Amino acid sequence: MAAIEVSSLKKAYGSLQAVNSISFDVKEGEVFSLLGPNGAGKTTTIEILEGLRERDSGEVTVLGLDPWKDGEALHKRIGVIPQGFTFLPYITPREAVNYYASLFDVKVDADEILRKVILEESASSRFMKLSGGQKQKMGLALSLVNEPDLVFLDEPTTGLDPQARRAVWEVIRNLQHEGISVLLTTHYLEEAEELADRVAIMNKGVIITAGTPKEIILEYGSGERIRVHGDSELATYLKKQTGLEVSYSDNSVTVVLRKKEDTLTVLEAIARSGLHWSDVTVRNDSLEDVFVKLVGSRMTEGGQEAPVN
Amino acid sequence: MGAAKRIRADLVNFGRSYTRSRIGLFFGLAFPVILILLFGAIFSGSGSPATVYAQNQDNGPVGLQFLQALNDTGALQVTLVPTSQNFSQYLLSHSSSDGIVVPPSFTASYEAGIPVNVTEYWNPSSSTSQGVFGITSGVLNAFNLQRAHGTSVLGVQRTTIASSSYTYIDFLIPGMIGFAILVSPMFALVNISAQYKRDKIFKQLSLTPLTKTDWLLAKIGFYMIMTIISFLLMSAFGIFAFGAHITFTPWVIPFLLLGPFMFVSLGMLVGTVSTSVESAAVVGNLITFPMMFLSGTFFPVSTMPAYLQNIAHVLPLFYVIQGLNNVMIYGNDTAAVTDIAVLAVLSAVIFILAVRFFKWRED
Repeated sequence: MAAIEVSSLKKAYGSLQAVNSISFDVKEGEVFSLLGPNGAGKTTTIEILEGLRERDSGEVTVLGLDPWKDGEALHKRIGVIPQGFTFLPYITPREAVNYYASLFDVKVDADEILRKVILEESASSRFMKLSGGQKQKMGLALSLVNEPDLVFLDEPTTGLDPQARRAVWEVIRNLQHEGISVLLTTHYLEEAEELADRVAIMNKGVIITAGTPKEIILEYGSGERIRVHGDSELATYLKKQTGLEVSYSDNSVTVVLRKKEDTLTVLEAIARSGLHWSDVTVRNDSLEDVFVKLVGSRMTEGGQEAPVN
Repeated sequence: MGAAKRIRADLVNFGRSYTRSRIGLFFGLAFPVILILLFGAIFSGSGSPATVYAQNQDNGPVGLQFLQALNDTGALQVTLVPTSQNFSQYLLSHSSSDGIVVPPSFTASYEAGIPVNVTEYWNPSSSTSQGVFGITSGVLNAFNLQRAHGTSVLGVQRTTIASSSYTYIDFLIPGMIGFAILVSPMFALVNISAQYKRDKIFKQLSLTPLTKTDWLLAKIGFYMIMTIISFLLMSAFGIFAFGAHITFTPWVIPFLLLGPFMFVSLGMLVGTVSTSVESAAVVGNLITFPMMFLSGTFFPVSTMPAYLQNIAHVLPLFYVIQGLNNVMIYGNDTAAVTDIAVLAVLSAVIFILAVRFFKWRED
């Protein structure tokens, strides 16, 4: 059974079609990531799945429930960190976990949960004194109080420094090992590539493509390339010798590889050329390269679209 | 029962945050005490005697005897001005409008039985002047009576409506309790509800089994406890600092419970319909301050013009204060039943509206 099934989901705010007929599913125990710039419709989608917003049309099933109609039953089985998680300023993580436990009417070991999210050292600090990363970890701790089968993380690392981001990733990986399904939205492509089993790239209310990062890169990427520092003479020589697609710009020659063995052919040809060469690199497209290609823009730190130059 | 357990958990959690926030503690506990100390200090005792300047132009003994008698009433403090001074000029230079001039032939006229007047300078708008006139007339009458060798038959003895001797502060206490009942929950809830909405804490809580009604009931419960504590604190400070007489009747309890029920709901309603924390504060003040002044907190509603009295009668705080006056001062419990009924209905309406408009999740 799938943890989440969405088909033809639509939601408009006035004349703005925030989510325009999207379909996807999240398997049990999978980390699934919705990727896209601000305004792509990620948060609207996730809030509909959490039962916080009503959909206009489409079929949505979360853990076998309709999130809007069966919200109460669903909330007992999911964990959520909303975007930009904040909490009561004077409460400590341990108190917050115990507070949630009494609201859910479950018995928990608060310290055990805080250990799980690597926050045990700040268990008694007030929320307002915690760092950005610690606040997010407290949000993660709260989302785990009711032992959820599915966790929604809406941009859990936005605005965190790289070290804090990695710490949050570690916690998310632990969830994955415990078999908890995770729906993660992010605008850090690196984060999705690192954590997600499958991703869906979303822009302007529609899903452009979905699959494992590898599949997407394979389908939309430009393939593996060798880049070598050299002049146009080298480019011409390599094209003639290998018969591969070669391009030249700014003292840099790029050869697109068709299969693994092409690597050796190209390197051999470079060595034989007798021309001046240096700095050989082999690289493949990252999810980010593909994203730029598909969405037509790069994302900034804040998730804003920035035109590619 | 699940709901009771959740409400208790939320109440305890809120109370803990509250005791850690200085602003909350100030408005909840320090503020009512400051209020009672401040107003107690202003209105305690009978007040100091009014100063009145007098110029004795009389060349006999009676003028001086008269001024002495005025001074002996204890209500006036007579300050003599030398005859060499221009009296009205003197009053102006001392920023005073109250003065008495005894004319030159006062003793002679008194002895000969020829009518003679003392001159009183006064300010028609000043209540002190009214007092000075009354006291002066009274003392003059005594002199007339003495001259006619009469004895006074009719007299006045002052007392208050209640059995024990009430002081001015006792009449202020119901108003101040009402004030505390209004201000502390109202300001807190306006602020909290707008802030929680901004910080998406409601959204966060909506993902737990806690319902918005649970949440509001927990706040009401908390402020009921706070109101009882602040009532006891205000009473204690009133008694020990100013010897106030507080009537501890069980009839105050409905007001200590319905008041927070009313104003927690009203604060929530204001905060929840506002679009930002700032606009919530403005709307909150627009409701709180006029209600504070028009409901009889600092001066009786009966002294206000009729149209303002009509407005007062739709303000919930009016019924809190009128009811507290009824049970604490007049012992008129029957009249208080009406106040309790009106308050209960108003509170229920506001509570229902607050729950209705309170957005827990979005659509």
